[in-house]
Amino acid sequence: MEAAGGDYSVFVLLDELGASTLRVSTPLVFAALGGLYSERAGVVNIALEGMMLVGAFGAAATTLSTHNPWLGGAVGLASGMALAAIYGLFVIPLRANQVVAGTAINILAMGITPFLCKILYHVTSSTPSIPLTERFQFFPVLAAWVAVLLTWMILQRTPGGLWLRFAGENPHALDAAGIPVNPVRWVAVLASGALAGLGGATLSIFLSSSFSRNMTAGRGFMALAALIFGKWRPLHAAGACLLFGFFEAAQIRLQGFSSLGGWSVPAEFVQVLPYVFTVLILAGFAGQTGTPRALGKPFSR
Amino acid sequence: MIVWFAGENPVQVLKILVRGAFGSRYDLGMTLFYSTPLIFTGLSVAVVFRAGMFNVGAEGQLAVGALAAAAVGMLFPGCPSIVAIPCACIAACIAGGVWGAIPGWLRARRGSHEVINTIMFNFIAAGLCSYLALHPLRNRLSQNPETSEIASQFKLTPFPFFDGAPVGWGLLLALVVATLVWVFLWKSVTGFEWRAVGRNEDAARVAGIDVERSRILAFSLAGALAGMVGIAEVLGNSGRFRVGFSPEYGFIGIAVALLGRNHPLGVVVAALLFGALHKGASELDMESERVTRELSLIFQGLIILCVSVEGFANASLLPGIFKRRTVEGG
Repeated sequence: MEAAGGDYSVFVLLDELGASTLRVSTPLVFAALGGLYSERAGVVNIALEGMMLVGAFGAAATTLSTHNPWLGGAVGLASGMALAAIYGLFVIPLRANQVVAGTAINILAMGITPFLCKILYHVTSSTPSIPLTERFQFFPVLAAWVAVLLTWMILQRTPGGLWLRFAGENPHALDAAGIPVNPVRWVAVLASGALAGLGGATLSIFLSSSFSRNMTAGRGFMALAALIFGKWRPLHAAGACLLFGFFEAAQIRLQGFSSLGGWSVPAEFVQVLPYVFTVLILAGFAGQTGTPRALGKPFSR
Repeated sequence: MIVWFAGENPVQVLKILVRGAFGSRYDLGMTLFYSTPLIFTGLSVAVVFRAGMFNVGAEGQLAVGALAAAAVGMLFPGCPSIVAIPCACIAACIAGGVWGAIPGWLRARRGSHEVINTIMFNFIAAGLCSYLALHPLRNRLSQNPETSEIASQFKLTPFPFFDGAPVGWGLLLALVVATLVWVFLWKSVTGFEWRAVGRNEDAARVAGIDVERSRILAFSLAGALAGMVGIAEVLGNSGRFRVGFSPEYGFIGIAVALLGRNHPLGVVVAALLFGALHKGASELDMESERVTRELSLIFQGLIILCVSVEGFANASLLPGIFKRRTVEGG
């Protein structure tokens, strides 16, 4: 494509890039918020990826059968929450290693989605596509940012938010204050699954037209990286998601060009940009400050 | 129960699984063929677990290793046959090792989480390998995304017992390597240091062990072990690097390591089990209408979940498993 010549198209490009950054960062914002609830309450959530995947599948399947994206979104949310309930069961009362159990949840989601897809649609690779009129156009972007503000308010301005932060920073102090720690963590993990499920839903019924196998492609982990980069704070983490979204949008745009300034860029290299960027961000900025102190530690009196 | 939910007879499915895995010499051979890479990736994950970290990156490491083996085999057709196979093996190990060392280094020196990094490196490896396989090393004669064939002196001959299933020296190599890993972890000073880091980082540091160096080395060894999958696949089976040849051996390796209690012998046994499950499940694809090979992924997830809890039933944290083992193993 030679369309990039001249000032005009540069502006158009930037404009499009801005809009698509907002769009493609939506699933990341939801998932990062999901990770935030769980991790601020002291539960590591490597399982975001799997929760997004089942959310994406649940949303696509429901939208296909009911022709209603709102119901689809709701089922996506519920599917993420259901998986989070399994995760919660293993890591809260049973006190399993959170990283290992999280990976198991991811593998479970990788298996269960094509399995159900085959039962419902007789193919494992993807669901049939959803017509444009039955998909969301802009609303999820708005919803994601409302969720960011709400999360910030809940964390900073409500007693529940305070309990949540204490469950992650100093669970024994919370326990001493008469608030049971594990129920707080349960709520946090379920909220986490709900948001990750919503994030997955935006992938299948907003950004694309169907569920396809392993469509999350590492976004759950990118959301975690954004969370770490944003030091577990909602506004900062959402900002980090925008940055990741920008790289993804740029990656999508760049695929259209066979050469940049006479230097040819293989498509494979452009595709890995967001992943390389994630590694760089983590390596450059992953300080230990801001990490919830009781993160990853099961609670018992 | 899951099977019943899908509307198929569970007994029937189980029958297919067992027959698919052990029904004939060929089936048994294919089971062993699938088990071989799982021994490597299982060891890879287990070594890093012993050092107190989590390697989710075996998938990327094995891809890079396989590509390196194929590249050596392709680019040096004049290589004398005595050194040909060792050269390709070493290339696979080094490539995998370097790929593993980077997340190890990032964890040790920059403190960034190895789980996220190894996942990212899986994606980066996939991109890099498909670029190299599709452009500089492309097989012009084939429509498939794969490299050209390696020169014939690089190939390992399969054992005739298995009626043509590609089982051969790769399996033996895997068993030998598993023994070596056991000797290394339990009989060498460095192995002891790694396990000490895994059990209690602070204590290890106080005892004068270079924790960072142990971490990087453990990840390098893990990468090299995963890279050896390339030997079994490229030299022992297909004779080329095929994009997407691995049915997620790296992830199955996690289940293998955990089920095998991060012990080399356990890993070998668990790898055989998962090899059988994988072979049986791929039979399901052909013989059953509604139950697919993804069933084996679901099993893996459930098994890892159960194992992750059982570790806690015995002691308080995952290193608790290690504690028990070290008392036994000396």
